[in-house]
Amino acid sequence: MNSDPLRRRRSTHAALAAHGEAWVWLTGGCLAMAMAMIIGLLGYIVSEGVATFWPRPIELIELTDGRKVLGEETGRDTAPDGTGRRLVRTANFELTGKHFEWFDDGEVTATTRPAEATVVERLEGGRFQGFPTRLLHGEEVVAVGGEEAWLGFREKHPDIRRRWREAWRIDKGDRGVLQRKLRAARLAVVQAGLSAGADSPAEAAAAAAEKAVAAEVEAQERRLDERTADLRAGNDGWGLEFTTASGETVVLPMADIVRAWQPNKASFQERLGVYASRWGEFLGDDPREANSAGGVFPAIWGTIAMTLIMALLVAPFGVLAALYLREYASRGPLTAAVRIAINNLAGVPSIVYGAFGLGFFCYVLGGSIDELLFRPALVADGQPTFGTGGLLWASLTLALLTLPVVIVATEEALSAVPNSMREGSYACGASKWQTIRRIVLPRALPGIMTGLILAMARGAGEVAPLMLVGVKKLALDLPIDGTFPFVHPEREFMHLAYLIYDVGFQSPNSQAAKPMVFTITFLLVAIIALLNVAAIWIRGRLRRRYVSQQF
Amino acid sequence: MSTSPSPADPRQPPPSAGPATDRLAVVAAGGQVEPEVHERVRQTPAVLEIDRFNLWYGTKQALHSITMPIPHGKVTALIGPSGCGKSTLLRSVNRLNDLVPSVRITGEMRLNGDPIYDQRMDVIELRKRMGMVFQRPNPFPMSIYENVVYALRIDGESKRIVLDEVCERSLRGAALWDEVKDRLGESALGLSGGQQQRLCIARAIAAEPEVLLLDEPCSALDPIATGKVEDLIQELRGLYSVLIVTHNMQQASRSSDYTAFMYLGRLIEYGPTTDIFTKPVLRETEAYVTGRFG
Repeated sequence: MNSDPLRRRRSTHAALAAHGEAWVWLTGGCLAMAMAMIIGLLGYIVSEGVATFWPRPIELIELTDGRKVLGEETGRDTAPDGTGRRLVRTANFELTGKHFEWFDDGEVTATTRPAEATVVERLEGGRFQGFPTRLLHGEEVVAVGGEEAWLGFREKHPDIRRRWREAWRIDKGDRGVLQRKLRAARLAVVQAGLSAGADSPAEAAAAAAEKAVAAEVEAQERRLDERTADLRAGNDGWGLEFTTASGETVVLPMADIVRAWQPNKASFQERLGVYASRWGEFLGDDPREANSAGGVFPAIWGTIAMTLIMALLVAPFGVLAALYLREYASRGPLTAAVRIAINNLAGVPSIVYGAFGLGFFCYVLGGSIDELLFRPALVADGQPTFGTGGLLWASLTLALLTLPVVIVATEEALSAVPNSMREGSYACGASKWQTIRRIVLPRALPGIMTGLILAMARGAGEVAPLMLVGVKKLALDLPIDGTFPFVHPEREFMHLAYLIYDVGFQSPNSQAAKPMVFTITFLLVAIIALLNVAAIWIRGRLRRRYVSQQF
Repeated sequence: MSTSPSPADPRQPPPSAGPATDRLAVVAAGGQVEPEVHERVRQTPAVLEIDRFNLWYGTKQALHSITMPIPHGKVTALIGPSGCGKSTLLRSVNRLNDLVPSVRITGEMRLNGDPIYDQRMDVIELRKRMGMVFQRPNPFPMSIYENVVYALRIDGESKRIVLDEVCERSLRGAALWDEVKDRLGESALGLSGGQQQRLCIARAIAAEPEVLLLDEPCSALDPIATGKVEDLIQELRGLYSVLIVTHNMQQASRSSDYTAFMYLGRLIEYGPTTDIFTKPVLRETEAYVTGRFG
């Protein structure tokens, strides 16, 4: 018997907890759960986003009440009583007043997939679905019968589309340039009146110049009018006649058709062609139909431009602030308070930054710039230039929002630089600034890049503050274009994250917009990932150069 | 006892007076002890004079009235147990202790006659007149070449021909040239520990310092690298005035001309290395260098 109370009891084997087996499982489990959630979310977004543009078969559905409907099945669910029902994209909004319709399984008597069923994407009015019957050109019937009409359409459509595009480019680009020229001349008159006084010689000269510009613009407008009239005349009269499943006959003007396909008989290559062409439009074109169709090119542009400008603004600002805080400021309660305040800034709701950006950047800063430099626009049109939301102000607001991230990360990176390096530099006779610039900053750069990566990821996905300081539902003029001074940081812009909100929750045709939401989200995530991969690659290079210590 | 005390020195206690750690016990108890400075040290011309130098970290005194001349063109070793103030003294010479906020000093140091702690002394100019090598190799995050010419770069020298010449001379001086001459543009962080330390020595001698400060330069190196750095210190002997802090008795006895024994912030004995190691005046010093204490 062990009677000595002070004698330490020895176990013959270490306890399970001592081995730490349980902790390995706990830590591993947490990581696995996080991974499962992230991969699940990303996988869902990617699978939905990638499938959006794939042409799916459409079905002719016969109902018990004798109706016939042509449509693409997009969803299915079960009612509480166990009967199934399906959501069908019936399209043909102008005939039925609906884009989508639910059908109970009990109502459906038969479904078939007719080979000639055709899906048409139009410029306006949503999709159209029917069977082509005739190809028309004015009074003349060019082709009769489903097969012939379809072949005729395939032959003629690319030319018509090309002419339409050219006319569109003239309307959007060339006419816009002329209008801006006219406006600049008009504002020059106002400017002359403001600075030299009304009825002064300067104003008279400006007015004469404006007249000359106006005459020139008018002549050019006439030439453009002729050109577009020519193009439109080439397209006029071409139409494709359809019979719908319910028996109506509709003629669609060919110029309104963006693309058409017959999914039930298309070969794999043809489907791939449609898929690629829809992706091409999505990435490279302007939006149509309240952003629920067409492309998102201006939004891609706006997102990337805003994120990069934000990074350019926040990097020097944050790094310099962190440098002072870590290298120069003496340790004390004041420094500690400043540090806490910066950390707390990260917790301020982003909409507060938006309100600040609107109040300070747009109204105060932008308003002053307008007063000083853009007075004519203010006087003549009552229109602010910088005094309203724009790319510059949005970037500045987000730079402010992400500043704490950059400062904290930079401070961490600076404090990780070994003191022996600073001492070595001082011992060589370097001043404090020389030491910081030549030794401390290069060595801390990878850590600073980490902060910048986090800031970019945060900034690119932010929506709320942007709604106040410059993001618009539709803004087709890019902040960089061919008109002087080529860079227009005051312009409003589009943003993918805002587009997700707008398309997903503000669209009149929300069912049709739903797949677009996934595609836009997929694109946004891909862009952020791309920016991050680029930054991580740069960081890796810096780290190899400045940090790796091998023996 | 193999000591042969000079009878001319009146402060010398008789060898039989008390145990070997007598003075050290007095120091440990906070008492004053007069340092034993050999006559030959006083006779050599000094590059650096330390004159009644005291240093406090906050309220704790780390150096007590150190007075010692550092001979010109010789290697002087500072030995003593950990925490005796060797490194503090070394870092006071180029005023690196200025970076520690709570440090306070009294007394003086003079580099070739110029008062180091004078109000008018520009610290940056002062440090350019010295080179320093630290315990752990601390190459800068840049190329080997830029590391060596760093002191010249920050001084505004940008003539390639001058920099090239200094780089080669310094690397040859640090016995590193043959190993790195083909990869001067590569990162210095890719060198081995011993090479890095020799690079730091090359960096320290690049600006032709009036005094070279070595703070336990071999303590973080393996035996082979240590051997190379020690050989290098031998070669620097005569070319530069070197002040080296070391823990290693063999190193001190092999590579220095003069040795100072310190204990708890006080100088105990200071003399030619051969005397300190073979016939020290004080029993305390003998006890320390033979490893019986410390």
